[in-house]
Amino acid sequence: MRQLLAGNYAVAEAVRMAKVQLVAAYPITPQTPIYEKLSDMENDGRLTGIMMRTESEHSAMAACIAASLTGVRTFTATASQGLALMHEMLHFASGNRVPIVMCNVNRVISAPWAFGSDQSDSLSQRDTGWLQFYCEDAQEAYDTVIQAYSIAEQALLPVMVAIDGFFTSHFIEPVDIPDQASVDAFLPPFGLPTRFDIDDPAYINNVVNPEQYMGYRQRSFEDMEKTRPIIREVNERYQRIIGRGYGVVEPVNCAGAEIVLVTSGAMTSTARVAIESLREKGLSAGLLKLKGFRPFPTEEVQEVLKDVPKVVVLDRNISLGKEGIWCQELKAALYPLERRPEVHGFIAGICGADVSPDMIEGMVFQALSRAKPERLPTWVRRDG
Amino acid sequence: MKNDLIVEEMERELMRPGHMACPGCGEASTMRLVLKVLGEKTIVVILPSCVGVISATFPNATFAVPCFHSAFEIAAPTASGIANALKLQGREDVTALAFAGDGGTFDIGLQSLSGAADRNDNFIYVCLDNEAYMNTGIQSSSSTPQNAWTMTTPGGRRGRKKKFMQIIAAHRMPYAATASIGHPLDLMEKVRKAKEIKGMKFIHTLTPCSTGWRMPEDLSVKAAQLAVETKLFPLYEVIDGSEYRITHQPQGLPVSEYLKIQGRFRHFTKDDVDRLQKEVDEDWERLLAQSAMKGCV
Repeated sequence: MRQLLAGNYAVAEAVRMAKVQLVAAYPITPQTPIYEKLSDMENDGRLTGIMMRTESEHSAMAACIAASLTGVRTFTATASQGLALMHEMLHFASGNRVPIVMCNVNRVISAPWAFGSDQSDSLSQRDTGWLQFYCEDAQEAYDTVIQAYSIAEQALLPVMVAIDGFFTSHFIEPVDIPDQASVDAFLPPFGLPTRFDIDDPAYINNVVNPEQYMGYRQRSFEDMEKTRPIIREVNERYQRIIGRGYGVVEPVNCAGAEIVLVTSGAMTSTARVAIESLREKGLSAGLLKLKGFRPFPTEEVQEVLKDVPKVVVLDRNISLGKEGIWCQELKAALYPLERRPEVHGFIAGICGADVSPDMIEGMVFQALSRAKPERLPTWVRRDG
Repeated sequence: MKNDLIVEEMERELMRPGHMACPGCGEASTMRLVLKVLGEKTIVVILPSCVGVISATFPNATFAVPCFHSAFEIAAPTASGIANALKLQGREDVTALAFAGDGGTFDIGLQSLSGAADRNDNFIYVCLDNEAYMNTGIQSSSSTPQNAWTMTTPGGRRGRKKKFMQIIAAHRMPYAATASIGHPLDLMEKVRKAKEIKGMKFIHTLTPCSTGWRMPEDLSVKAAQLAVETKLFPLYEVIDGSEYRITHQPQGLPVSEYLKIQGRFRHFTKDDVDRLQKEVDEDWERLLAQSAMKGCV
């Protein structure tokens, strides 16, 4: 059934329909509507599990880890400072191999204080061992949360679903909500055994020696690699049962393109308009949307871009001392290719600053006019 | 035959022999007594602390019940998460139990403990207070007594020990108590009561540490008893944060009896001892008044 929903409410709806048993959360803008909507659902009995109103995001994640180890399906949502506060627990979750799903509503990190969308909060959690998916709109947010449980519970690794603060979290869009029977057919009830078996007691998270620790890390690394076919299978099954699907990348008109624009998250919708306009002007321009960040879709990116001469990467984030984070990752993924495309990095939309189709077209023309890429990213700001 | 009996007794222990505590460890004795009462249907949360070391390294396990080695500042929300999951699973016959030291309780874990107390989640929190960060090598915490020696307060700690039971009482949890290995039956009775009560339960135990307190290994139980009998660590219960009940009448020995067996107080002057004696006497009078209040109403 099609409903008009803000992205945050679409996420809450997905959590309810995934029959999550334990939600632990702490309020932070722009995540609060998820927390509030789930509280409404608990209040009127539609959410049958337990809501834990914790005193911090750190404790919310701690509670999710413990409950997940005990054997129940868990969810939390946060943003920005909240995610940064959770940092220690993010490592703890993946290290303890718990299938938690979390929605991070991308928001800029202080200082200075601000509220707009910015992916630096979640991208900077790159090495915490979580799978990360970035969504373009409310529909994709709904579908990705449901898919995330299936992936997490097969891989025994936690999954972060990222949506843009305000652009996706607060804008109201038509969202197709499948019926509960279809969701149930796709996602069976939580089926993992408790790690705290009274009849067969075990000591979880014991102290290990260097060789054992390294072996454990290697296995976790290998298991993250093994999520690639799981993500594919889950998406195909979702497509079969629900009728929608998303790849870890989505190429649009990339075959034979002279230049390809690479985006992630909500900015992709604007880029679709810009690319359409560029093609009407006779330019052979393509678009590559990146949804998967961890594991990074290296082979998919290589396949799409191997014959493309120029690539423009739009980053709504910045890593001081280097460049945009998607740009770094993309360059590393393209390095093994025999003929590598030129990669032009642009920083735009930091803190939710406006990025119009005109501005995106301008970046493409700027890249086309260059004989070779600049060493540093180009900052695109309305105020120049 | 006598040996067989010992083995039989040891098999009933939920804290296995061969653990990695220092000889004379007050924490090990406390945990053993707590688990004896709670029984096999218990899930233990421990932290990086002395308990994290006592619980042994892979593939050994000190506890004969399911155990999770959680992180330093999250004893309470970890036990909360387990308790709520057990409720969802209809396994409320299983007790969620957290063991945390004074650092994990008075300092870094205070915020998350407060959150769990506010939610009144259904678990037992046992604070094993040895009055410093002993696992990392005797650094001062906010539980370290004033002017006591530690590695980070070589000239004596300036701050005063937090009156933690007042913080706990202010949270109005259904059951809180102090307990000591010096009085094992009183300790076990309090654990038994806590097991029967729904909601959050807090038991503050003073756990002598021969290593950090700079005293012979065979004096731990004596130190625990002296802390109680000098009124320095009285044994009492607080019901719903307001109803105080003293569970043992102390002999009222001078605090110097307790101080003189510990090297960490070796540098104490007469003024230091008098100051502490005055504080202990005032605290005791306050406790007496609090425990009498119900009778006056």
